[in-house]
Amino acid sequence: MGLKQKMHELKLKYQGKKMAPAFNAFHTFLFTPDETTHGGTHVKAVDDLKRTMNTVIMALVPCLIFGIFNAGYQHYSALNGFPENFSLFEHFINWDNFILGATTVLPLVIVSYGIGLIVEFIFAVIKGHEVEEGYLVTGMLVPLIVPVDTPLWMLAIAVVFGVVIGKEVFGGTGMNILNPALTIRAFLFFAYPTWMSGDKVWVHGAVERSNEIAAGANLDAISGETVLGFLAQGNTQEMYAKFDLAEMFYGFIPGSVGETSTLLILLGGLFLIFTKIASWRIMLSAVVGALAMGLIFNGVVEAGWIQDYSKFYELMRFDFWKHLIVGGLAFGIVFMATDPVTGSQTNKGKWIYGFLIGFISVMIRVFNPGYPEGVFLAILLMNVFAPTIDHYVVQGNVKKRMKRLKNATIYPKTTEGSAEELKAETV
Amino acid sequence: MSKDIRIKKGLNLNLVGAAEQTTTKSVSSNVYALYLDDFHGITPKMLVREGGEVKAGEPLFYNKGNEEMLFVSPVSGELVEIVRGARRRILTIKILADKEQQYLEHKTFDLSSAEAADIKKLLLVSGCWPFIKQRPYDVIANPDATPKAIFISGFSTSPLAADVDYQLKGKEKELQAAINALAKFTPGKIHVGVSNAQSSVFSGIEGVEKNMVSGPHPAGLVGTQINKINPINKGETVWTISPQDLVIIGELLLTGKFNAERTVALAGSCVKKPKYYTTKIGAEISTFLYASGVNDDNFRLINGDVLTGSTVKPDGYLGFYNTTVCAIPEGDDYELFGWNKPVFNKVSSTRALTFSWLNKNKKYNLDTNTNGEHRAFVVTGRYEEVFPLDIYPLQLLKACMVKDLDEMEQLGLYEVAPEDFSLTEFICISKQPHQKIIREGLDLLYQEIG
Repeated sequence: MGLKQKMHELKLKYQGKKMAPAFNAFHTFLFTPDETTHGGTHVKAVDDLKRTMNTVIMALVPCLIFGIFNAGYQHYSALNGFPENFSLFEHFINWDNFILGATTVLPLVIVSYGIGLIVEFIFAVIKGHEVEEGYLVTGMLVPLIVPVDTPLWMLAIAVVFGVVIGKEVFGGTGMNILNPALTIRAFLFFAYPTWMSGDKVWVHGAVERSNEIAAGANLDAISGETVLGFLAQGNTQEMYAKFDLAEMFYGFIPGSVGETSTLLILLGGLFLIFTKIASWRIMLSAVVGALAMGLIFNGVVEAGWIQDYSKFYELMRFDFWKHLIVGGLAFGIVFMATDPVTGSQTNKGKWIYGFLIGFISVMIRVFNPGYPEGVFLAILLMNVFAPTIDHYVVQGNVKKRMKRLKNATIYPKTTEGSAEELKAETV
Repeated sequence: MSKDIRIKKGLNLNLVGAAEQTTTKSVSSNVYALYLDDFHGITPKMLVREGGEVKAGEPLFYNKGNEEMLFVSPVSGELVEIVRGARRRILTIKILADKEQQYLEHKTFDLSSAEAADIKKLLLVSGCWPFIKQRPYDVIANPDATPKAIFISGFSTSPLAADVDYQLKGKEKELQAAINALAKFTPGKIHVGVSNAQSSVFSGIEGVEKNMVSGPHPAGLVGTQINKINPINKGETVWTISPQDLVIIGELLLTGKFNAERTVALAGSCVKKPKYYTTKIGAEISTFLYASGVNDDNFRLINGDVLTGSTVKPDGYLGFYNTTVCAIPEGDDYELFGWNKPVFNKVSSTRALTFSWLNKNKKYNLDTNTNGEHRAFVVTGRYEEVFPLDIYPLQLLKACMVKDLDEMEQLGLYEVAPEDFSLTEFICISKQPHQKIIREGLDLLYQEIG
């Protein structure tokens, strides 16, 4: 146990120094501390924040790996056309896809973690508290919810903004109002709208190619239109010609890096529910909310209240349950809406909070064809309202207590009475 | 009508080293001591100086806030030392016991015709009053108040805690006497929570409302039972008392003597032969600890159970209220990648590569390691699964932390004691000190409103 001893000596050396939080972050990464309980319970359950965050990361890893292969697959398919008889191992899991995916996706991961953790460490050292684990999950979420060709410098600026404004100004992990990963995503979207929307960012090389064409090169443009993009433009036929339902569900479609595979997201979600790390209430109610809104839109179309020349028509007509397998809705519901810090904190509140996220996501998706991905805006909106929801849920408990108070049996203090009695006895 | 209460939310902690049901009389202790920390919120005024002689049951000090409330010596002997801490605060009072014990004798009277005021006076003078605690605030009961009900938990679900029925077997007469006396203090009922109506030591006791309580810990905590049977409202007072202490009160009423003797469970994985000992309040723990033997040098000795007790050195003394003493291993060691590897030998409330959910009956040998560092509250929804009270635990803790008096009141701080938050503290992923937060909240409320 040479390492253990060495680290312990170093810890004592750094104790009380300015750099202690930075060292401790590395130390506690290697070893759970030798700290014992004092006061309060003498034994503690094994779960800590690191384990909790690690479990979420484990649920995200399949999405990341899939995203790497999908980045390559979408790129080569856009260049050479989608394969006729798709076979998983021939066309998807191969070295070409992996190498292209790894060289485009891993830099996003590295920049996200690198920049984010540097900011976290700086704040920890300045404020003299330990490095908290919140960014472990945020850093993993960020590369999965951005388009594959996001320039690294843009991502770096967004991460700094997201961590500082989204989290640290509120006091760090556990204190933030908005989900930091979504704050980063929203910053990217609103700060660089021309880059972050349209049909070019979703497939690697598409932007570059269109620039070359604009410069006069004689090449075919790469289309990186997403399912929702097709729908928003009313090109439903074209969309179905390109992607079938199974492809949408398995995730062989363009989109942000890690959000395309509904299957893997579903598995990740089930894992998080089984491990009791994420709230099943939020996930379930969000799915119900999305389905409800989808049904309402389907009903509007069915009832003939909207004409087929309306720009909302194709998205409204889209079968209600299919909303769940396209775009970022599933990913948002499983990994973003369930963030315990920014979500509703009461069990009843979670039902309302989740439902409204699903409901509003599909609403934004349909009513904003210019930007068809509504889930992140819906979650950010509900982040803001989560404390209000909780307030009313807790007020319910308070009211119950107030009602009980009417029947309270309060006896007056007996001091005076008994003192007199004692006196009477002695006389 | 008695209630049938089934607790669903909770967690049973099965630990290695439960006390075997045999009782040995421990060798008598040379020195006995009272820890002043046991009497929360009491400012002591000494009645005896160092070197003074006292009888068993003779007052050592009184409560500055209520001069009638006396605290007495568990044995006769010489007051040898008053240990003081910062700002001369009294920490410990030590008495060197006489070989021949002499008792201060109180007058006994016929309980059925006695006045409440007389009984109250006797309990105050004899030093038995501090056994009665009150809620709100979880402090020694205010003798001037009239409680709407008195609650007694007739069993324990705490990890490694003593079996109340075993400890009190044969003490039915004392219990009945104490119950008869307590009944005079409240126009309401005396509620007793029992887990088994037949085998409970309270089965034959009259004048109480027996409530069947079943389910995992904290079903045995009196706070859980109060919340389910007759929750406390603002302005109301209830009194609570533990069965062991009832016996001491009962004996006083029957014989006129304060007999500090009690049966204590010595338990924990570091004890070679965990079992029961008869000893006295304030006795040196070493008088029975080493009779059972210890496995390990590096152990933590606890006055009370592993969730709510206080740390005591091996040369320390049995606390005033404690019926259990535990010895468990210290966990002052690092663990390589302890935060991400699968864990089979520790208890968890999740399934995040932790496997305590697989076998609910498995016994664990837990040490005192915190298993992680203190963090801000992050995760939600976990406490609710082990917290059966109709209270929002996270919200109440946060209200206490920000010292929001209105919210503390509204969310039900009056109804709880720190021990009600011991299980949420145990499972807390952020390793927050829940019991300390609640204690400070109660103190603040007492100071500002009480």
